[in-house]
Amino acid sequence: MALRDNPFSELRLPLLLGAVAALIIALVSALALLLSDRRETLQIQAYGVTQKVGDQVVAPVSGWISTPPRLLQDGLSAIRQYFFAVSENRRLRAELEQARQWRSTAIALQDSSERYRALLGLKVNPPVAMVSGLAVTDSRGPFANSRLVNVGSEMKIEVGNPVMNENGLVGRVVGVAPGVSRVLLLTDVSSRTPVLIDRTNSRAIMVGDGGPNPRLDYLRGQDPVQENDPVLSSGDGGVMPRGIPVGRAVKGLDGRWRVVLSADAGSIDYVRILLFKDFRQLANLPRLAELSVPPPSMEVAVPDGAGLKPAAVPAVVPVSSAKPVVVPAVVRPVTPGPAASRPAKPQPGTNRPAVQTSVPVERPVAQPSSRPAAEDGDIPH
Amino acid sequence: MFPAQPLTPVRWIFIPALQVILATWLFIIPLRIFGLQFPEPVFAMVPTFAWALIRPSILAPFCLLLLGVAMDIIWGSPLGLWAVALLVPYGAVLAVRNMLVGQQLFIMWVGFAVACGMAELTGVLVTQVLSHGTPHVLGLVCQWGVTVALYPLADRLIERFEDADVRFR
Repeated sequence: MALRDNPFSELRLPLLLGAVAALIIALVSALALLLSDRRETLQIQAYGVTQKVGDQVVAPVSGWISTPPRLLQDGLSAIRQYFFAVSENRRLRAELEQARQWRSTAIALQDSSERYRALLGLKVNPPVAMVSGLAVTDSRGPFANSRLVNVGSEMKIEVGNPVMNENGLVGRVVGVAPGVSRVLLLTDVSSRTPVLIDRTNSRAIMVGDGGPNPRLDYLRGQDPVQENDPVLSSGDGGVMPRGIPVGRAVKGLDGRWRVVLSADAGSIDYVRILLFKDFRQLANLPRLAELSVPPPSMEVAVPDGAGLKPAAVPAVVPVSSAKPVVVPAVVRPVTPGPAASRPAKPQPGTNRPAVQTSVPVERPVAQPSSRPAAEDGDIPH
Repeated sequence: MFPAQPLTPVRWIFIPALQVILATWLFIIPLRIFGLQFPEPVFAMVPTFAWALIRPSILAPFCLLLLGVAMDIIWGSPLGLWAVALLVPYGAVLAVRNMLVGQQLFIMWVGFAVACGMAELTGVLVTQVLSHGTPHVLGLVCQWGVTVALYPLADRLIERFEDADVRFR
């Protein structure tokens, strides 16, 4: 049969039908991509290879593109500073005067804080290392609020690390690749951050919605928040340390409590990524689980006046298996001496929150020292 | 008024797509002028609207899919969000193409505004499903507004190529 006799030679797919078929195939592909994205998890694998490669391309090119405008901005800023030097000097003098007054208060508070820590035997987070980076992109639409920072896995940055600027918390890392990290801002619609109201110690979840002021959900207690109350990170869940300044509470136009973010007071060009690990992650949990636990009925005699302070509170170490492991709290001598520590008796009726004494190790009482607070794991504000 | 151009995919699909990616990229630079940031328009709505009106095409939906993925990578949104949000209004405009072609500028502009609203609404629905949260209304309205203001670019693209294919005049 000759080619021209082929019955299919005249068959042509109508263009409109082809276009509709192409549209359906493209739409199904897009939906499949969408369903495969698992951005809400903290797992490293959730940040796909496509996004990693994309970020590695976008970050350096954006860095080059943004260099001339950044230089221009710096130049304009320098000119403005030159012309407003006198008023700036006056303002800084007033601030310095206030800071001097706060300094003496801070030293006194630090001293008493360290003393209380020593008396209570509190184990605080280890010092938090930080990495500085430059934000090279800034997406600020209603569906995504994130930034690319020009430091990545080579600086030991991990998914979940909190990010702050000089004023307060900015967000957390959701994707890491060599040379680049993606920071999900607190204002992103998928951002959920556990916070506390500093005045009342009330807990809440700060929920981003793409707007400039995230809202406070799940507020507990009666009248837990008032206008301009400082909001800090609560550290619940172990994703970020407690006490990082987040902002202040305001009543929104919709009648809900919202947060004016501290980080917005300045630009978010340069950020600090906290290489934070909850110290429960640092503890050897399998080893702790193997420890022998005294039976609840066992009486432990703690002699009065022997320099020992009875700590009859069972410290509960939450583990990922949802089965709480009860570890005896540590008895610490009040005064330095050879007194041996022993496990405290767990009292079933006691209902105090478990302090962070998950690792039963002996430790002499720390004398008030002149170390900066940052070395004790506090977050420099 | 522009003379009609021959309808080669490079001219009416690839070059506008590249321009959209470049413009989107430029607008994510973290730059503040007098404390104000740049708006973040959806440049991809320009070819989405224009391609559907110029002529039905097999290539255009796949190009929109790639454009959406590129925007998701640049903006850091969930992969596939903007692909879906662009393809839905593209399909809608394609469905009413015969009614829209040849209309006055104002009617076309209103059509473009509706298409942009459709894209934003699709984004809201996808975000509600994925993140269990609703984006801020003010942010949505701002992005919709600055995107609607881009219609002259879509009009220019339509005028250049709408008469190029005699089968779809």
